[in-house]
Amino acid sequence: MQILALETSTEWCSAALWMDGKLHLRETHAGNRHSELILPMAQQLLAEQGVSLSQLDAIAYGEGPGSFTGLRIACGVTQGLALAAGCPVIGIGSLSALAAAASLETGAVGVLAILDARMGEVYAARYRDGVEVLPPALFKPEALPSPEPGECVAGTGFFAYEALLTTAWAGQNYSVSAQRYPGAAHIAQLAVPKLLAGEGHSAERAEPVYVRNKVALKKRER
Amino acid sequence: MLVLGIESSCDETGVALYDTVAGLRSHALHSQVEMHAEYGGVVPELASRDHIRRIVPLTQRVLEAAGASLDAIDAIAYTQGPGLAGALLVGASFAQGLAVGLGIPAIGVHHLEGHLLSPLLADPRPEFPFVALLVSGGHTQLMQVDGVGRYTLLGETLDDAAGEAFDKTGQLLGLPYPGGPEISRLAQQGDAFCYSLPRPMLNSGDLDFSFSGLKTAVLNLVHKNPEARREDVAAAFQVAAVEVLAGKALRALKQTGFHRLVVAGGVSANTLLRSRLNAEAARVGATVYYPPLALCTDNGAMIAYAGAQRLLADAPAADGVFTVRPRWDLSQLQAA
Repeated sequence: MQILALETSTEWCSAALWMDGKLHLRETHAGNRHSELILPMAQQLLAEQGVSLSQLDAIAYGEGPGSFTGLRIACGVTQGLALAAGCPVIGIGSLSALAAAASLETGAVGVLAILDARMGEVYAARYRDGVEVLPPALFKPEALPSPEPGECVAGTGFFAYEALLTTAWAGQNYSVSAQRYPGAAHIAQLAVPKLLAGEGHSAERAEPVYVRNKVALKKRER
Repeated sequence: MLVLGIESSCDETGVALYDTVAGLRSHALHSQVEMHAEYGGVVPELASRDHIRRIVPLTQRVLEAAGASLDAIDAIAYTQGPGLAGALLVGASFAQGLAVGLGIPAIGVHHLEGHLLSPLLADPRPEFPFVALLVSGGHTQLMQVDGVGRYTLLGETLDDAAGEAFDKTGQLLGLPYPGGPEISRLAQQGDAFCYSLPRPMLNSGDLDFSFSGLKTAVLNLVHKNPEARREDVAAAFQVAAVEVLAGKALRALKQTGFHRLVVAGGVSANTLLRSRLNAEAARVGATVYYPPLALCTDNGAMIAYAGAQRLLADAPAADGVFTVRPRWDLSQLQAA
């Protein structure tokens, strides 16, 4: 099975190629240059492994939450590539990819994944054995649920509010992962079981998951 | 050469297929006007979110309507700017992904070059050189056009765009968003000479425009005459705006010595503007050209067309590297 994965939801930019269990990865700190980097990175990966787009079984993209613009770059590029390749697409949550990386690093079964959402808020979700037990949601840092015993905490959202959170969670039994960002490696790996379960869908249904959905007030709400 | 055109710079998602031999094969458009109406104006983030939902179905619809397969496309043109950064990125990302996937070139097109060349999609089409009046919600410019990519700015608005003044005046009169077309509709039942509004900069001697004063004049008029019929105010506003636009366009013809005037952009659909320009141009022996009515507002056809003209001259690298240019001066373009 061959899956191309793209992740551009944070200031990092990564592309991964999953080939029957072997993973090839490109990642770089992109700032806001994702549009200049993501397609060349994907093309290099494919060229190096001698894989053509038409040989892909699916294209996976980091669906979010994360930078709105970043989410749409990965999603839009995926829509275009998948339409051309005629293959299905799979959206993978950025918090779940982050949690998978943290779990692999620390060996923790439970992960509280937290990404900085700017504007004084964070996106957070909780996973146990890779299963989502608290879906991605927006929190004020002080309103985050505290870690459960033995749980590991990961992501930029923790480090952005480290002093506040360590104080609030004093006395709790949790570990802190060094993982800060979601990456294409875990987007690809998480896409494998989804594809096997028949969850791949057509390019037109690829859409970012923003979580922060209130972005403007209607006239009658002002 | 078959070119897929993609436009997503503001609140309309447009996709089209243009054939350099057979002409426009098909085009499809989704307007977000209703969605933004609830907010009283375009919300950039919501515009981007809608573009990414529409772009694939519109592309499929256009291919189906033309009876063409993806493999038949030779190149993809997309709006690179100017416009809303997030909205532009949706079209650019999809276009570049598709181009890389198909192994064909993708070219970023200047939105205003698309508008400027859109009357060339009509029959009869103007020959170069011509004067172009670009009037929309975001732009009011007079350009000298000597060929593809050979544009000289003759004058532009110093404040509000003409379409913006229409929309804001509509808002002032309590008309639903977008106010521009509503003003024109209402004006048909009004008496334009009931009130006298200023014609800003009409006799300034140059080719620049200013519409914010006109908008303020309407505000004052409505405050002083609370009993004024909206129809009459709309008509008085429209005739003032149209007189300025027509007066400047005619001055541009005189200044350049050209006999062809091209009018493009959303406001070019305004019937009073059209009849006024046609009459005044006829008096000086000039001809006015408009894009087909369906292509006055933002659309993918004009992007496909402008992209095709550029591609005929020079094919860009198909490397998948892209950026958008939310602010991009038309005069920075190179000749094709």
